[in-house]
Amino acid sequence: MQKTGFLMRFITVLGFVFLYAPILSLVIYSFNESRLVTVWGGFSTKWYGELLKDPQILSAAWISLKIAFTSASIALVLGTLTALVLVRFGRFRLRELLNGMITAPLVMPEVITGLSLLLLFVVMESWLGWPSQRGFTTIVIAHTTFCMAFVAVIVESRLSDMDESIEEAAGDLGARPVRVFFDITLPTIAPALVSAWLLAFTLSLDDLVIASFVSGPGSSTLPMVVFSKVRLGVSPDVNALATIMIGAIGLGVVIATTLLLRQEKKAE
Amino acid sequence: MSETAQQDSVRPWRLADWFVRHGRMLVIGLPMLWLGIFFLAPFFVVFKISVSELAIARPPYLPLTSWEDGKLILTLNLGNFQYLIEDSLYVSSYLTSIRIAFFSTIFALLLGYPMAYVIARSTGHRRNILLMLVMLPFWTSFLLRVYAWIGILKANGVINNFLMWTGVIDSPIVMMQTDFATYVGIVYTYLPFMILPLYANLAKLDTTLLEASSDLGARPLTTFLTITLPLSIPGIVAGSMLVFIPAIGEFVVPTLLGGPDTLMIGRVLWSEFFNNRDWPVASAVAMAMLVLLVLPVMWLRRAQSQQEAG
Repeated sequence: MQKTGFLMRFITVLGFVFLYAPILSLVIYSFNESRLVTVWGGFSTKWYGELLKDPQILSAAWISLKIAFTSASIALVLGTLTALVLVRFGRFRLRELLNGMITAPLVMPEVITGLSLLLLFVVMESWLGWPSQRGFTTIVIAHTTFCMAFVAVIVESRLSDMDESIEEAAGDLGARPVRVFFDITLPTIAPALVSAWLLAFTLSLDDLVIASFVSGPGSSTLPMVVFSKVRLGVSPDVNALATIMIGAIGLGVVIATTLLLRQEKKAE
Repeated sequence: MSETAQQDSVRPWRLADWFVRHGRMLVIGLPMLWLGIFFLAPFFVVFKISVSELAIARPPYLPLTSWEDGKLILTLNLGNFQYLIEDSLYVSSYLTSIRIAFFSTIFALLLGYPMAYVIARSTGHRRNILLMLVMLPFWTSFLLRVYAWIGILKANGVINNFLMWTGVIDSPIVMMQTDFATYVGIVYTYLPFMILPLYANLAKLDTTLLEASSDLGARPLTTFLTITLPLSIPGIVAGSMLVFIPAIGEFVVPTLLGGPDTLMIGRVLWSEFFNNRDWPVASAVAMAMLVLLVLPVMWLRRAQSQQEAG
């Protein structure tokens, strides 16, 4: 094995410092007594208390969690169907169209996705009378649309790695396609489905731009509230919020990765 | 492949076949319908509104067609596009977006390539941990990670405090609300997008080629320049496009970290829509942005299919 050069390793260390220094500083300053975020005034957990008393943040967090849960679940179903169609259904008319429509949201600038969906909702409202009000439903539709693209990518790669001969054997033994799917395919791709759902959930929870376009009065999501706070300047309770989110997500990712690695080892 | 196909055990075989065939259509049709309505159709709406006229109404634009004296009149207003070309604000915001996205991509490549290389050359447990460390920030909130830089870069932020404390500088360096801060923010948020495709490419590299090269007396640098680098070009293109494309339309980073003169298209579109409430011009900006992205997207797709094939 080729040894890596000193310069390469030096830049790598630098890169990881670059990736983690901002996160670390967020966490440290969330325990800062002083209101001036970057002047150290002693250890304190008061900003966490303040955060838990802020009704605006709490209600926005609840809305965001509901939206993320709903859109990740719908996106999981639709994204998995899309991946199944693209990997297992062979050639059919409009296959290229479907392939294009499912990969395009991955690289579409958020401002365009947001604007175009909002304009669609406005036109639909004047033609069909629905959606009469923008809010939860419209945000869920928007998030589902871009999250299902990510789900499809993950499931697609798992499906194409999967040994097709087991499915064929089940089919040869007389199992109907639906039975094959639920008995063989689904259990095999289950870990990929878990990580796809988690990714969709975090993407939805994190989205600011698209939600800002398609939300309505009274349905501000957490990123929208945080953005309006942050725009006015640095505030210590946002640091506390960031620490909680980073902690929760970090823990989740570490657990998920350990489980996946263990499963891979078992499979070997 | 639908639920209906399950009930067929007692029915004649032909009917079952019919269900199965239509189940297939249902499975194809569901995502197709969803994406057709909520992804494809919106672009036609955007196009329609980009050629309509601004009006003080709800919604704030005029319909394209009108009916007068038994004649159907179709009005296409190209004035919005003409306005984009004539007003220097839009042209300069385009150029700024391309410049910022381009240099951010270069910086991300210079930083990301060595990282991907080192990860690809490490083995076993170590490799998995390093990969997880690259992915972890990607899972945490994008908005909060950009926000973190405000605390680091501002006048009484971490860097300035440190430099003043050590006595290197007497007065704080202005870093916030500059193009520099925008570059830092974009490179920071999109670095994982650069590293992951590069890693996927470099991990597949046939190491026997490297051994052969060094056996034949080539120095490590020569081996790198003549073998590793050329073979990793699809990874470089894929990673670069994955940074460049979203960076073009970036809104959050230039708004939070950039100055008032860091005009990027995403930001212009946002203010056109939310502040000026000029939906036709915002739509025209979106259409023009799409045109700008066609080439990089095609390049990305080609690189990705090369990666899969190679």
